Amino acid sequence: MSFRSISHSAPFTHQASSVQKIMFTVLLALIPATAFNLYLFGWPAILLFSVTVGSCVIVEAGCLALAGRPVRATLGDYSAVLTGWLLAMSLPPWAPWWIGFLGAIFAIALAKHPFGGIGQNVFNPAMVARVALLISFPVAMTVWVMPHPLFSAGAPGFFDAIAITFGGQMPDAVSAASALGHVKTELTRGIPVSQSMVQAPDLMDMMMGYRAGSLGETSAILILAGGLFLMAKRIISWHIPLSVMGGVFLMGAIFHAVDPARFASGTFHLLSGATFLGAFFIATDYVTSPVSKKGQLIFGLGCGVLIWLIRTFAGYPEGVAFAVLLMNALVPIIDQYTRPRAFGRNRKGEPLPLGEEKP
Amino acid sequence: MKLFPIRGGIHPDYRKELSSEKVIVALPLPAALYIPLQQHIGVPSEVLVNVGDLVKKGQMIARSGGTLSAPQHAPTSGHIRSITDIPAPHPSGLAQTTIVLEPDGKDEWGELPAPIVDPFTADPHTINERVAASGIVGMGGAAFPSAIKLNLGTQKKLEILLLNGAECEPYLTCDDRVMREHADEVIDGARIMAHALGVHRVVVAIEQNKPQAIDAMTRAASAFSEVEVVGVPVQYPMGSERHLVQAITGRETPAKKLTADIGVLVHNVATARAVHHAVRFGRPLISRVVTVSGKAVREPNNIEVPIGARVADLIAFCGGFSVEPESLVNGGPMMGQPLPGLDVPVVKGMSGILALTAAEINQQPASSCIRCGVCVTICPCGLSPVDMAAFIRKDNFETAAKLGVMDCVSCGSCSWLCPSHIPLVHYFNYAKGMINAQDREQRKIEQTRMLAEAHALRVEKAAAEKAAFLAAKKAQAAAASAAKEKDGTPA
Amino acid sequence: MLLAVSSLTIMGVTLGSILGAAAYFLAVEEDPLEEELKAMLPGSQCGQCGYVGCSQYAVALAKDEAPITLCTPGGKAVIEVLAKKMGVTADLSEHEEKVPEYAFIIEDLCIGCTRCIKECSVDAIMGANKLMHTVIAEACHGCEKCIQVCPTDAIVMHPVPLTLSSWHWAKPEDQHVVH
Repeated sequence: MSFRSISHSAPFTHQASSVQKIMFTVLLALIPATAFNLYLFGWPAILLFSVTVGSCVIVEAGCLALAGRPVRATLGDYSAVLTGWLLAMSLPPWAPWWIGFLGAIFAIALAKHPFGGIGQNVFNPAMVARVALLISFPVAMTVWVMPHPLFSAGAPGFFDAIAITFGGQMPDAVSAASALGHVKTELTRGIPVSQSMVQAPDLMDMMMGYRAGSLGETSAILILAGGLFLMAKRIISWHIPLSVMGGVFLMGAIFHAVDPARFASGTFHLLSGATFLGAFFIATDYVTSPVSKKGQLIFGLGCGVLIWLIRTFAGYPEGVAFAVLLMNALVPIIDQYTRPRAFGRNRKGEPLPLGEEKP
Repeated sequence: MKLFPIRGGIHPDYRKELSSEKVIVALPLPAALYIPLQQHIGVPSEVLVNVGDLVKKGQMIARSGGTLSAPQHAPTSGHIRSITDIPAPHPSGLAQTTIVLEPDGKDEWGELPAPIVDPFTADPHTINERVAASGIVGMGGAAFPSAIKLNLGTQKKLEILLLNGAECEPYLTCDDRVMREHADEVIDGARIMAHALGVHRVVVAIEQNKPQAIDAMTRAASAFSEVEVVGVPVQYPMGSERHLVQAITGRETPAKKLTADIGVLVHNVATARAVHHAVRFGRPLISRVVTVSGKAVREPNNIEVPIGARVADLIAFCGGFSVEPESLVNGGPMMGQPLPGLDVPVVKGMSGILALTAAEINQQPASSCIRCGVCVTICPCGLSPVDMAAFIRKDNFETAAKLGVMDCVSCGSCSWLCPSHIPLVHYFNYAKGMINAQDREQRKIEQTRMLAEAHALRVEKAAAEKAAFLAAKKAQAAAASAAKEKDGTPA
Repeated sequence: MLLAVSSLTIMGVTLGSILGAAAYFLAVEEDPLEEELKAMLPGSQCGQCGYVGCSQYAVALAKDEAPITLCTPGGKAVIEVLAKKMGVTADLSEHEEKVPEYAFIIEDLCIGCTRCIKECSVDAIMGANKLMHTVIAEACHGCEKCIQVCPTDAIVMHPVPLTLSSWHWAKPEDQHVVH
């Protein structure tokens, strides 16, 4: 009698986790915030969301087939669905369908597969797509609408939505500015932040998500709930979310204290834009973040500080995508310098000297 | 007692309940025993018997082959049927020289060395000699000759003898049962070893998932102030020597050093019991307790097995397989070695035989790494498995070595929880093997160079001697002819 | 015009002489490359590379006249150290990694002529005139020189057997991607 597994070394027991399960859990965690926002922005958002996720899956399948890899097995890991989902969440909710479709091509065919597919990409695919779209189509990518909850008065019906998403017929009256955009525009017109912030939605509305913004980013509280769920499931740890939000908040708070007329408050920065979505779901992407906890803290802090810098000083009102991409580029070097200390060795890798109790 | 944290680690499904309540039973003598000459780290033993010899139980049948070696003894009385090559209990399935003993059924003891009556006044050297002559090797799995470790007492400044009863591997319950059923023998053996080492403190470390063992050992140790029994947290790989020392003393063994260098010597509980038998009764190591478990075995059990019984005998004793196992493992599931078949013998370092189903093993096809970093977080040795595996995959062993692959203890934690099911430890075992092979090759080249230089020197010297000889002869001839001439002149 | 030409000339001459002086005074001593390469080779003078001995191969290597893959007894290990020293990537595709072998003398055929003993550069063959010879397997490095001189074809090469201590795990077979 002989045994098949003689070609495998130990261990002969394995935990029942898988890439598929991890991705699926992340999708689960995204559902509350997404469902709420789809309700808030109505049929056009639902259509755009479906187009974006669907395109990502189709483009992924095409790339896998081209690369000669098993299509069905790899699609089953949900990573393309997750990329499409996150991309959709970062788009203006009433954007035309081709934004979602082009985004899928940017994300999957440009940012993911040329590097070798899942696990190999240096940059976060959803953020590459968002930035590429923002730079290529600045107008379409900055048309914000106030919430028009499904079935409420004035909300577009299904057929209106088809006209909006597929016909490009954007009703004029509905466009609105995002809070960040508003503050930035007002500042360029010479109106101090302290005044413009009064006109921005109040913090409670911002927290609940009842504000203009990207398709999935507005509800801080539901995103937080999803993030905490992921932490409870041990999919992500607190290191990246806390350091991203800490970075944004601290920079905001310090500079606001110095000059309230010029700089928005830390709380405002924390609750506006995609801070929560970025902290819990974008920056925590396994593939494009450091592997060690120490590295993750550095990475998160870097993201936080960059978000604030870009929002405050750069041309764009929102900086999450840029900040994450910039930090993505640093991940290999962060990884190299934050390797843990090996047992019995000092930081340089030399054996510990004898006769010392503490390293 | 204050304990210290160890880095990382995992909490696998322990599945010890399969066999933990089974009292140790003796295996009936099988039809033949197969005693390999290499059951330990080091040089193989040298055969002392001939085919056809009648040997008695406990008789030495192969002597120690060198400094780093151990003798083998007959586990029962009987005839030597043959001395032949049979497959070793090793994943390679390679054969090794093995003495085949056919029991005569009398199980008759031979003449044993006299018991050491009062070991605590005996010369440590006497105890070490007895341990060496009894063929005792580390029974936790490493099978390092125990007497060599006991001799460290004279070379290093030791403070603590740490008895490893952690048994952190899933499934295994043999140490648990030994501690529960033979606590007095274990404690006595430990005290004898402590005396031989010249240390005055014995700590027995047992994972807290074995409360009965902790109880039994605490009771057995209560009369001895120098012995302390400690429950350590259930955290794999707590039983790893260096990590256990860190948990108990807070001291971190420097890389490339031994725990003895920081004052702690670690022995397995079963080894202590073997020392007790050797010193108190003169009995050599001829049997050991083996856990037979896994869901493919009909009746898992803890069995006292004569060394050399075939794995097939144990499985048959446990009612055979309920389903065909996916893998047969020597040792625990985390660090054990797969066995090539059922015809291999039980050896001194074999703590468990596991017949595992595919569902228990749960090995999925590997997919791409998603850099989740969990292997870095949990590595008890503070290594970066994800990086090392990436370099090893490209056969870049030099960088992998720089990242510390040789420091990896192959505990298996990273492979256990990798969501992409990448066989990380297999990569590291491969790299370690390749690096060792390269070292061997390098040594061979060095040796060849030395031999070639010696050869060249010898040839040169021979040529010089020949030349000198010829010159001398010529000179002699010249002298002779000169003398002749001289002689001739007066004539 | 004149000013421009003369100033440029002066500048050229000055800078040129500085460079020249630097090249002279700060010259890096030439690496004793030959010697270093020679030290990396097994030194058994077996001649399987096609050169007379290791020193001659080292000279050829230093002049970049010979590929680094010629040393059979050294195997992959030597190729790799040579590649590192020469700053080239070892092209192991052409190098057929031979299983290490040792010479074995078939007792019945050996006539005890001692030619192989004289040929062996590592003194791995024992025996005397008219007496059967044997090879010490541990010392033999498989250069095959003895085979060429044996008048009765009594020497054959045997692969060095795999033992429990030299066996190790093969590379995992699974086709997948580690980052």
